[in-house]
Amino acid sequence: MPSRRRALLILTALLTLAFLSIGLALSVGSLPIGFGDVLAVLLRQETPGAEIVRLLRLPRALLGFACGGLLAFAGTLMQVLLRNPLADPYVLGVSGGASIGALAAILLGFSGLGIDTLAFGGALATLLLVFGLAHGDGSWTQTRLLLTGVIVAAGCGAIVALLLAIAPEQQLRGMLFWLMGDLSNPGESGFTLGVLALCLVFALPFARELNLLSRGTDTARALGVAVSRLHRLIYFLAAVATAVAVSQAGAIGFVGLIVPHLVRLVTGNDQRLLLPASVLAGGSLLVIADTLARSIAAPQQLPVGVLTALIGVPVFLLLLGRHPR
Amino acid sequence: MTLPLLATENLTVALGDRVFCRALDLTVSPGHLIAVLGPNGAGKTLLLHTLAGLRPPAVGNLLLEGRPYTAWSGDAAARCRGLLTQQQSDFFDSSVLETTLIGRHPHLGRWRWESAQDLKIARSALIATGLEGLEARSILSLSGGERQRVALAALLAQQPRLFLLDEPLNHLDLHYQMAMLDLFKHLTSERRSIVLVMHDLNLAARYADKILLLDGKGSASFGAADEVLQSGDLNRAFGHPLRSFHVDGRSIYLPE
Repeated sequence: MPSRRRALLILTALLTLAFLSIGLALSVGSLPIGFGDVLAVLLRQETPGAEIVRLLRLPRALLGFACGGLLAFAGTLMQVLLRNPLADPYVLGVSGGASIGALAAILLGFSGLGIDTLAFGGALATLLLVFGLAHGDGSWTQTRLLLTGVIVAAGCGAIVALLLAIAPEQQLRGMLFWLMGDLSNPGESGFTLGVLALCLVFALPFARELNLLSRGTDTARALGVAVSRLHRLIYFLAAVATAVAVSQAGAIGFVGLIVPHLVRLVTGNDQRLLLPASVLAGGSLLVIADTLARSIAAPQQLPVGVLTALIGVPVFLLLLGRHPR
Repeated sequence: MTLPLLATENLTVALGDRVFCRALDLTVSPGHLIAVLGPNGAGKTLLLHTLAGLRPPAVGNLLLEGRPYTAWSGDAAARCRGLLTQQQSDFFDSSVLETTLIGRHPHLGRWRWESAQDLKIARSALIATGLEGLEARSILSLSGGERQRVALAALLAQQPRLFLLDEPLNHLDLHYQMAMLDLFKHLTSERRSIVLVMHDLNLAARYADKILLLDGKGSASFGAADEVLQSGDLNRAFGHPLRSFHVDGRSIYLPE
């Protein structure tokens, strides 16, 4: 258990990181804008480049932050719920379903909101399918849920491959970008941030109970946790978080799996600190990755999912190496 | 007469169509230590989980301090009775002290963090289980016996009036088996009660006030330790003949 002071210190540091990453995202691009000017734009002053910051970079940075936060949030919860360090937000097949929806939408010639909507529908449909097939409660269902999720995801993978195979050449690139994660279409950044805030508001009151859940359901119940009610709430929150993130930004890998582990190496496994810290770290990581993705090889844009992994892997290995066992 | 901490009336423990014990009337009075004996698969763990309120009784009533579990809130019940599960499975790392502090959960409000008082309670639980000096150690680095004692320390920090212990002596060496049994005996002197599943007949005979024997075929005998041990039930339950010897005024049971 970290002391409350240490917890506040870590959260303040991560909050600073979050603001810096967003500041970086607003400043970097084909038209570099200084931090001072960025601040001026945010204070509603008219400066050169104000339009670019306000209409392009800010929504994109906020969407990136919200999606990164949602994925890290869902990953943290899934790892506790399934008591499996390899669990990630996509373990129940959500990304597979969303991918089918999105690719189908691209094939049908939809764009923007159409893709988002079909992706969200696909995510929801897979979730209902997985939870319906693995109906029940107890540790047996945890394994069953995991297996059902993996199988459904595999099925979705096959359909995705099929869609890619039959897709016409000119749509293939957009489809591949969607699959690797793409923030270039920042439709609903305010909505996504709102979902992230709501998720935290609902989950944080149960953070200490989640700590007990990670010790096993029997132990948690003997300590007074209403386990099945908590399970339902947390599965629901994790599923909604994942579905929203995936439908907004595509199947961005890595963030949901590694960020919780990365943060755990620094903060320990107390969910009261781990949950908000993961959200801040996941959001910041995705914003930084996206900024690099659109600027390293400009005007060429790289898929952000590639960058999250390229940044995250060395950072994770560095922390793991320094961590005293 | 004082209210029993835990009482069952006509309790049946069953899983699917397998019945483990029928019509059990069990009373756990304050300050009593009750040993649960029985062969593998006799339903000892299932019974203990039923007594802890984790699963509803198949038939019959179960009262914790006079009230059924449905009338207790989760937190209040956890301040009254604590359960040591048979296995501790750790998927994520944490320190020995953090793991002990989980016992304080039912004593804390939703937004409260562990106070200095909670830390003090956890530290004295670590001392009582012989773990002083290990509080910063990772639980993943502990031996089986040390991990078992951390689980016991967490339960001590929970400070329940009724301890339900599923094989608490598992993985413990001889010294700590005796030390923990002495600790349990000490807890009974504070009018706390212990129900523990164990396999050593002689330690059960020495420490238990009463013994509950499940025979694995659906019947249970409950009574004073010597009565249950000296009846032929024990031989029948384990399917192995036993002989008793008298040494220094105590009965010792050995398999033939």
